[in-house]
Amino acid sequence: MTIAEPELHPGLDWQDDVYRVLKEHDIKHVVYVPDAGHATAIRLAEADNALKSVVLTTEEEGIGYLAGAWLGGQRGALLMQSSGVGNCINTLALQVCTRFPLLMVITMRGDWAEFNGWQNPMGQATEKALNLMGVMTWRADDPKDVAPLLHGAATTAFNGDAACALLLGQRLIGEKQWVK
Amino acid sequence: MGEVIKGGALDRRAVVSRLLADRGDLLVVTGLGSASYDVMAAGDHDGNYYLWAAMGSAAMVGLGLATAQPDRSVLVVTGDGEMLMGFGALATIALCKPANLTIAVLDNGHFGETGMQESHAGRGIDLDRVAATCGFDWTAEITDMAGVENLRRRMHARDGLKLATLKIKAENPPRVLPPRDGVYVKNRFRAALGHAPI
Repeated sequence: MTIAEPELHPGLDWQDDVYRVLKEHDIKHVVYVPDAGHATAIRLAEADNALKSVVLTTEEEGIGYLAGAWLGGQRGALLMQSSGVGNCINTLALQVCTRFPLLMVITMRGDWAEFNGWQNPMGQATEKALNLMGVMTWRADDPKDVAPLLHGAATTAFNGDAACALLLGQRLIGEKQWVK
Repeated sequence: MGEVIKGGALDRRAVVSRLLADRGDLLVVTGLGSASYDVMAAGDHDGNYYLWAAMGSAAMVGLGLATAQPDRSVLVVTGDGEMLMGFGALATIALCKPANLTIAVLDNGHFGETGMQESHAGRGIDLDRVAATCGFDWTAEITDMAGVENLRRRMHARDGLKLATLKIKAENPPRVLPPRDGVYVKNRFRAALGHAPI
């Protein structure tokens, strides 16, 4: 039985905000493993000839890609789901040891009102795991926080050669409807 | 899979030295382990980026670099073990198809850095055939120095995505260690392309 949270009306504008803020920060590469929460940003990025969008087979590919793009003088961002953070852990050493701007936008699972309990272990470990590997984190649960927090994460990453992640909470994204 | 060739007869240092001869403005990314030592042995260079960790990432670093620098030839030099750890990257790279990217897999059929255990490549996985199936524009298995010279000329042409497996002897020559300061190597590389540190 699925029970909707009362008075929860997740706005969709925050999804547009992700793409808009990335563009404002001169992002030339959007690399991603798809997630429903990133659908708008991915669609807009794929349609944008001014940036390169790259679909990955696994999330850690994105870290190598963005290291290479930065070597070549360009900025990018990695979009993924929290489960993908687990795939990235060892590869994050590349950022620690070479210090390049690594901006990640992460949609959360196993975080709030999760139907699939198999998402909970990685979802609950996501932020701590990122912090253990030296990634700074911010989290948005309210649509109005997405743009300013992503702006902050991007500014911190590109001005500090830092690894920065914005976590988009499951409450922001809304409950996944498993049974219609 | 036909006859399995476990590595080959080529000398890895001779192969890499030939590939990097007259390199011009070639940019080079190396996978951790022996491939990095081989590239260093051929001569340190501002246009070299050596990986000491993030195993499986060399080809993806090459993809990002080649995409950001479409007018420069980019060569990834890595081993069969390192490439196997980034197996899915071959699919990702094949979809992007940067015409200026070449991946040279030094294939001795073994995990040379960790005690010469036999690798997937040594047990029958042909990485060049995997790349061909993924849609790389040009792939080859190279077993002689004439093939190496052919690859060297082709990679400067920037006329299509390429991958070659180079069948080398399973041996570990004396290590020639590249700088381990990743920030230094990164800043040196970027400076050579005209990018200032932040």
